[in-house]
Amino acid sequence: MCEDCGCGLSVGVPVSVSAHSHDHVHDHDHPHPHEHAAEHQTIELRHAILEKNDRLAERNRGFFQARGMFVINVLSSPGSGKTTLVAETIRRLGSRLKTAVIVGDLATDNDARRLRETGAPVVQINTGTVCHLEAGMIARALKQLDTTGLELLIIENVGNLVCPASYDLGEHLRVVLHSVTEGEDKPLKYPPMFHSAGAVIISKLDLDRACDFNREAALANIRRIAPNAAIFELSAKTGAGMAPWCDYLTHQAKSSREL
Amino acid sequence: MHEFSIMQSALHQVLSEATKTGAARIHQIRLRVGVLSGVVPDSLQFAFDTLKTGTAAEGAVLTIEEVPARFWCAACQREFVSPDFFAECPDCHKPSGELRGGRELELSSMEVDHV
Repeated sequence: MCEDCGCGLSVGVPVSVSAHSHDHVHDHDHPHPHEHAAEHQTIELRHAILEKNDRLAERNRGFFQARGMFVINVLSSPGSGKTTLVAETIRRLGSRLKTAVIVGDLATDNDARRLRETGAPVVQINTGTVCHLEAGMIARALKQLDTTGLELLIIENVGNLVCPASYDLGEHLRVVLHSVTEGEDKPLKYPPMFHSAGAVIISKLDLDRACDFNREAALANIRRIAPNAAIFELSAKTGAGMAPWCDYLTHQAKSSREL
Repeated sequence: MHEFSIMQSALHQVLSEATKTGAARIHQIRLRVGVLSGVVPDSLQFAFDTLKTGTAAEGAVLTIEEVPARFWCAACQREFVSPDFFAECPDCHKPSGELRGGRELELSSMEVDHV
């Protein structure tokens, strides 16, 4: 690099120098000739912007794997029935899987209180104004949990179908809820979220008639965005469809431990 | 509105790279954003315009390259670019379950000067 004017390119990972039209004040003398129309330097970065979160998520995943825990990240818009589903799932799993919950909300511990009634250990994360959970928040919440012998960790994310899609928490399975009260086209309106789902649950099935829910259209929309996702149709309130969902979870948790 | 924190993180990476390389000013920042990344380019732009004030990137232009969704069709043994984000193969019309691109959220390069 030229020590006098700094025109050289020995720093970063320079790939090109482009000419530009404005003049530089450049009145010093130095012994070698060079073009003075080239000061802009392009530095290749190729960084994942969420690299820090991704790194922490990998660390979480390693922790979960070492403990033999199966971890699901439950996502949906607000009011789709996540908490009711999580509570009913824990009740029905009973002694089949030792389960704990981490639940995220902007404010209040209402969900944690409801979930504690199941007897499972629950950690509430209040995100303040943050609209999603991040891997680092999960790592901190894990410190408040006794993970000895834990077989299933359910992370109930902040109710939001947009932002949480971008944040890996280190989970093994993403579960996205789509309640019948939301119509049939949620997957088409929120493709990043539904595309990332390993399982999609159509919830509040007991309300389908009241909402004129078109089941075939909803299933077609889910399959269009998430062709590989396992699909469940259930009502946590009446218990309809809960058995296949709980069997699936038990099976997934068992398979994950055998890996 | 997670674009603000994402832009903040990108800007932080850019500014620390600028300090490391002794750059005086940042003229341009290039990002690659996949259509399935869950991030809205317009919101990133808005966040950038607010966050850059008072930094070495104050005069910088943010250029966002949108990366389309690319899928692999196992039946046709070919990769295809989706015009939207649907996974349907244009030849056999079967949905593909294998995404090969479109979730990128990447800081690709920056243009600086040292004067």
